[in-house]
Amino acid sequence: MESFDRLSAGAAPLMRINIDTDQIIPTRFLLRTTTAGLGEALFADWRLLADGTPNPEFILNRAPWSEARIMLADSNFGCGSSREEAPRALRQAGFRAVIAPSFGEIFFGNCFRNGLLPVRLDADALKLIVTQVEASDGRAQVCVDLVAERVTAPGGETFAFSTPALLRQMLLEGLDEIDLTLGLAQRIEAFREADARRRPWAYARKAGR
Amino acid sequence: MSSMQTGRPRSFFEKVWDDHVIADLGDNTYLLQVDCLFLHEVSGGVALRELQQQGRGVASPDQVYTVNDHVVSIRPERKPGEGRNAVATAMIGETLDASRRFGLTTFPIGDPRQGIVHVISPELGLALPGVTLVCADSHTCTVGGVGSLGWGIGSSEGVHVLATQTLRQVKPRTMRIRFEGELAPGVYAKDLALHLVGRLGANGGIGYAVEFAGSTIRTLPVEGRFTLCNMATEFSARYAFVAPDELTYAYLAGREFAPRGDAWDDALRYWRTLPGDPGATFDAEFVIDASTVAPQVTWGTSPQQVAAIDAQVPDAEQFDDPGARQLLARALDYQRLRPGTRLDSIPIDVAYIGSCTNARLSDLQAAAQVLAGHKVAPGVLAICVPGSTPVKRAAEALGLDQIFRDAGFEWLESGCAMCATGGADRLADKRVISTTNRNFEGRQGPRTRTHLASPATVAASALAGHIADARRR
Repeated sequence: MESFDRLSAGAAPLMRINIDTDQIIPTRFLLRTTTAGLGEALFADWRLLADGTPNPEFILNRAPWSEARIMLADSNFGCGSSREEAPRALRQAGFRAVIAPSFGEIFFGNCFRNGLLPVRLDADALKLIVTQVEASDGRAQVCVDLVAERVTAPGGETFAFSTPALLRQMLLEGLDEIDLTLGLAQRIEAFREADARRRPWAYARKAGR
Repeated sequence: MSSMQTGRPRSFFEKVWDDHVIADLGDNTYLLQVDCLFLHEVSGGVALRELQQQGRGVASPDQVYTVNDHVVSIRPERKPGEGRNAVATAMIGETLDASRRFGLTTFPIGDPRQGIVHVISPELGLALPGVTLVCADSHTCTVGGVGSLGWGIGSSEGVHVLATQTLRQVKPRTMRIRFEGELAPGVYAKDLALHLVGRLGANGGIGYAVEFAGSTIRTLPVEGRFTLCNMATEFSARYAFVAPDELTYAYLAGREFAPRGDAWDDALRYWRTLPGDPGATFDAEFVIDASTVAPQVTWGTSPQQVAAIDAQVPDAEQFDDPGARQLLARALDYQRLRPGTRLDSIPIDVAYIGSCTNARLSDLQAAAQVLAGHKVAPGVLAICVPGSTPVKRAAEALGLDQIFRDAGFEWLESGCAMCATGGADRLADKRVISTTNRNFEGRQGPRTRTHLASPATVAASALAGHIADARRR
């Protein structure tokens, strides 16, 4: 998994509350057997017109916003489904970080597992950043620093954010969660042996036992 | 025997959590044993392929199950492995092939136990009290109805469970919601659930493990408990459950994968220690008078945008918060509704009974009671998709299918179907009243306008040709 430590990049604002996972990636794009190609389906119902051509009004279809690698969003971004294609679509479309006052809980965790950094900043901080970004017609850069846990606005103002320690470590080191867990293999085995004696019906479940 | 007697009174959730902790990882994060992993065809094949590409094997194949529900064909003559389209068929095939290679138990089309995952997991006795159960589906909390601790996970968490049979979880805060009083006639668990989402809001349960308790719950049939727990994800609860009781044990006894004989007795002894100790405390707690809840129907594009069936579409004036006003305006625009319109006058094009929320036998019985001897209104498309093949067969044994068909409903094979996109071609640009769980823009089809309600309300609406109160029939 690609690691993330610090990024200075253009930021695109999509300030609507409760953007749910069905908007981030409509379910009709989930019928696929590979995990590639999700970037084109990002926000498809907004990005595309009824005839399938790009909607010229939608911000991500216009330069320089189309090159943005940071998304600025509003409350409860990513609410709804647990589908991991939502953060993957954002990642494959080029985004490396999303900044919002709050995120759907399942989506938040899924972001870290897919190399996308979700940053929680309060609404006032976001408002300031969005204002500056829009005033520059998308040319100004926002810096997201996972090492220092700090966002720097185009105008230089800084805002601290927090991330769960383990998820932060994984994203900084590009580490796989499974590797971390398998390091505890002995404890897992010991637990399961004792647990299988206490709750045998939760193990080796075959019909009729 | 439950373990870790700390001497402090513990809630049901704390007991189940404590019994699954393998390691404390710091930062309020714990490594938990996962008793049961369910894969389905949309993400299962992908997860197994990723596992294989990582050069890893399945840690505990006996604790992993593969279902086919999300994109299966629901047409009456469907063949084994048949999806709703060619891509779906490929996903089903890939998931089943990979599952068999890894020695997992599968429930494909053609197996008499096939159905929607959150309907069949308790039906099979795989969801049991105090069991941790995960699946790549946000309605996994449904199994809380039998006191399982179930939650939705992403597909890389699924790979983690496959490789280790564990998951890292942040320990949530706890909430107890007590429902007191008797449900009024014609009011069902779905109405309680919708009312609750309306009260708490779409975010009201963030970070909480929610226990449903109280006198109403103690007498609520287990199938109703599934409905209530199912909808908890719509107010963003991470976990939701009802502590097991005699109704739970009666529901589970004799099920195919439930323990038998001495093993059942041992399990029962353990399960009876799980309900919360007197004096257990919660981070949040409140009480709802269930006797005053009326049948509910959503008007907007989020389950929290809901009201009693005899209420009116709200006006922006009623909301102080500019954010709420913005949401309201957008919802009314998408739904093509005017403020002040009585909900029970809104004409509908489609009536849909199905999904892991409300397609169990008691749901079909409630609908059939309303439908018997009547016909669906002219021009209304009415569809019933039973929650599982066993439910379908039990309904047929009772003659319910005939009631549905005589009324003018299509009676189809089991799957997730039209809860999300499964009926896109037939539901596009239509107004649908549905027993499902989400009314997001475009969920059931492009420009589809969804109203969520109980099976009885959906049945009454099908007959009337508009949203209708079943109590008035």
